[in-house]
Amino acid sequence: MHVARPPLAARASRGPSWDGRFTVLILFLPPALLLFTLFVVLPIGEAAWYSGFNWNGFGRPTNWIGFDNYRFVLETRAFWLALRNNGLIIAVSLCVQLPLALTLALMLAERFRGAVVLRMLFFMPYILAEIATGLIFSFVYDGDYGLVASIWRTFGAEPPHLLASTDTAMLAVLIVIVWKYFGFHMMLFIAALQSIDKSLIEAARIDGATRTQSLRHVVIPLLYPTIRLSVFFAIIGSLQLFDLVMPLTRGGPADSSNTMVSFLYNNGISRMRVGYGSAIGVILFVICVTFAFTYKRWFMRDE
Amino acid sequence: MNRAETSREPFDPAVLFKAAFLTLVAIFVLVPLLATFLGGFKSLGELRVNPFGLPRHWEWQNYADILFSGRYWQLLRNSLIISTLTVILTLIAASMAAFTFAHVRFFGSSMLLSYLTLGLLFPAATAVLPLFIKVRDLGLLDTYFGVALPQVAFSLAMSVLLLRRFFKDIPYELLEAALVDGCSYVKFFRYVTLPLSRPILATVGTITFVNSWNAYLLPLVMLNTDALYSWPLGIMVYQGEYSSEWHLILAFITLTILPTIILFLLAQKHIVAGLTSGAVKG
Repeated sequence: MHVARPPLAARASRGPSWDGRFTVLILFLPPALLLFTLFVVLPIGEAAWYSGFNWNGFGRPTNWIGFDNYRFVLETRAFWLALRNNGLIIAVSLCVQLPLALTLALMLAERFRGAVVLRMLFFMPYILAEIATGLIFSFVYDGDYGLVASIWRTFGAEPPHLLASTDTAMLAVLIVIVWKYFGFHMMLFIAALQSIDKSLIEAARIDGATRTQSLRHVVIPLLYPTIRLSVFFAIIGSLQLFDLVMPLTRGGPADSSNTMVSFLYNNGISRMRVGYGSAIGVILFVICVTFAFTYKRWFMRDE
Repeated sequence: MNRAETSREPFDPAVLFKAAFLTLVAIFVLVPLLATFLGGFKSLGELRVNPFGLPRHWEWQNYADILFSGRYWQLLRNSLIISTLTVILTLIAASMAAFTFAHVRFFGSSMLLSYLTLGLLFPAATAVLPLFIKVRDLGLLDTYFGVALPQVAFSLAMSVLLLRRFFKDIPYELLEAALVDGCSYVKFFRYVTLPLSRPILATVGTITFVNSWNAYLLPLVMLNTDALYSWPLGIMVYQGEYSSEWHLILAFITLTILPTIILFLLAQKHIVAGLTSGAVKG
């Protein structure tokens, strides 16, 4: 690029000029900052403002009702159901999905024939659109044509309509969540496993540790940062979950499978109740931000 | 660790257990996908009695009808336009900002960067009603840009972080020397930084593309005209119309996820690296 460098003295005296830096600052920063402020930060602020009004979105908001929207939200049974469902999703992510992903990662991090193919296969559900995944599984669960129904029929039983019953709809959604996301967490763990210094495991073996011992006392502790990260993603992801629920159940029947966001959609957006919907949004925002900060402070201090 | 040793023993229960476990998970993942693909080749009557197996009569008509309808191609075209707009605008805005944060020292730089990374903390859904009103007031409702611009805004935080980390590894001496030689920051960015950063640009582009291609909530709120619908919206409408004619819906699903699967098979390394790289930094 540059063949001859100027002598040291000249370099020290000139250096990057303020003029050049100024040009970059006024040329390069504004696009990102403007877009971000306009479409991310301002709407959050406006949500807080609109949540004080009873407003259908037309004209100007004038009907100020204070904190009533929040009261209405908190008095709705469906809101607490949605919150409970988000809790369930987190529980399943932590108790089923994470151990599954970790086990598979430990099996597939080693090189053997087919390992790469299996990794890719398990990762594939993650890149499929939630909408397509939801539709595929609404076929799987369909009481007349679905795969589950057909299995039931071979045993001579009357097939259930899993998605149409308040008892099973959420369970059915949870299974799809595991199907869709375990591969992502598995890949995180595989990446972490492959960056582990092999000599540590070697040393443990030389010191007489069995496979299980070295797994428990060397490998798993080395994975703690990744596990904490995976938990973080699982929780943030569950708080955002919406696309998957719509094709499966739309949050029904009787609100039994709503998540926070599908509750927000069904009660705020689809009916253009701007104030009420904004109040739900603000509550969700507060939950997300509180969680993110607390989690980072408690569990991810060193990263 | 010593696979060669253990696998030579004929009946190692651990190996057997492992194989059985992996097979079970593979079946769990594959069966819904295969049943969807094959279901598109069946008639509705056959689907009811034989949802798992190979079709007895291959009904090519289901797929052909969709492929020769304008509807399918229009949906893909709309999605492609929205995703491409989103990727291009994200790459431009994010790489310029990331360059500034990586190489230019100025007062408030770290504050502005943390301001941008606030975007990582909450989902777009929280503010989607005010966002709708803003997009409407800007006159962008029911346009490609009405979907693309908010998507760009929400993908900026992650993109800037990933790009900045990469840009920072470009030796500062290189920039210093170039500046001394009379090269401007802008030219350095254009002729040195960007060409050196192709891998990370591809990664960020991939993440943004996949997210935008699969997105549902923003297009759902911002688009009202069928002619502009992205494919996730279109497929939901299609499902509404043919509610229980599952053979057609399955064919339609297969065809709409086909581009994603082809892209994945062609660029798997990139996609895996891209989608998991956001995680590495935390």
